[in-house]
Amino acid sequence: MGLTGVLRPGHMQLKVLDLDEAVEFYSNVVGLVQTGRDATRAYFKGWDERDHHSLILRDAGEAGMDFYGFKVLDDATLSRLEADLNNYGVTTERIPAGDLLETGERVRFEIPSGHQIELYSQKTDVGNGSSYVNPPPWNASSEVGIAPIRMDHALLYGPDIEKVQALFVDVLGFYLVEHILLEDGVTDLAIWLSCSTKAHDIALVRNEEPGKLHHTAFLLESWEKVLRAADLMSMHKVSIDMGPTRHGVTRGTTIYAFDNSGNRFETFCGGYQSYPDWAPLTWTWDEVGTAVFYHDRQLNPAFLSVYT
Amino acid sequence: MSAPLASTVAVAHTITVAGSGQQFTCPEGKSVLVGMEHRGGRSIQVGCRNGGCGVCRVEVLSGTYTSKKMSKAHVTESDLERNIVLSCRIFPTSDLVVRPCPLTQVTGAPIPQIDAPAPPT
Repeated sequence: MGLTGVLRPGHMQLKVLDLDEAVEFYSNVVGLVQTGRDATRAYFKGWDERDHHSLILRDAGEAGMDFYGFKVLDDATLSRLEADLNNYGVTTERIPAGDLLETGERVRFEIPSGHQIELYSQKTDVGNGSSYVNPPPWNASSEVGIAPIRMDHALLYGPDIEKVQALFVDVLGFYLVEHILLEDGVTDLAIWLSCSTKAHDIALVRNEEPGKLHHTAFLLESWEKVLRAADLMSMHKVSIDMGPTRHGVTRGTTIYAFDNSGNRFETFCGGYQSYPDWAPLTWTWDEVGTAVFYHDRQLNPAFLSVYT
Repeated sequence: MSAPLASTVAVAHTITVAGSGQQFTCPEGKSVLVGMEHRGGRSIQVGCRNGGCGVCRVEVLSGTYTSKKMSKAHVTESDLERNIVLSCRIFPTSDLVVRPCPLTQVTGAPIPQIDAPAPPT
């Protein structure tokens, strides 16, 4: 089996200004499936995700990200990675099973960019709404709102991204897929890391202020569905930041928009398949605009200054 | 039978951005920030437009408005008492004078100089 260790991004807890308004937005505009609610939080998943939830919304009076969690293969992998992190000098904390609905123990730690990252191995399989025997290709829950397949990746903003890269590569088994260099031609402005064959599972941009979220991305099946997402955003008067367009990095097609608490999200399609033995792709300082927005070939003012 | 045209025209108020010399009209029901954007204005920085990122923070020097929830990370209770708000979350009920007062934006490594796009012609 090729895919072991860290499997994929499994959940993000997002801070929102008004839980009821955010639930309405993610249910009916983004078209995620609501799967649960506890005292302070609402739980969602993309229609084709099988685990109980991927997006958790918390009423916080402000925007931003509480934590980003990765699912690992099994309990033994979780214990091994916890020990590896500790041996690397990273302090970890065990969050008890059941703290998040339908989720086992989580190992939480802070990375040098100031973000809270989690690993976990257990989350209840609730399926995608279709049978595991002779299933249809889609179902009613794939036809609500933008209806992304899954939560796909996140772009985080913070300092010391080379230390984050070392931790993710040396301890957690990720590899560098692409990077953008700063003017000195040596230091990275941004890095894209994968733990799978996706072009990225997590990305980071260097930023003085730690612990910030640039966006969380939701996967769509086609460029046409990205255009349909843009239509839906205008129908619902969603605040669009950029797009529809294409990224140079990963080649993904994209729209950046903001939820009704001001958290940026991306409706994303494509990105090539990558492998750990491939040489990373490099973007130079003079082509930073092309790297981020392939058609405009320049950054918009919000790319580096607007985050939560 | 078609509705009379007058019913499609919202009551609008004049927003003055102190220090910029810019004025624009903003219909009731539209936020000050979005009202500015719709008139091609650029004197307040546009961010998320939904109360989360804080870049459109302003002080309201005069006038009345209603507001929606905004991030307490960018606007504290005492800010609110001093009419410091996010312009994307306030809706004018009279003419307003506002003054941009963004929190100091810290930036990391040297970043590309981004020129503001040219105003629409």
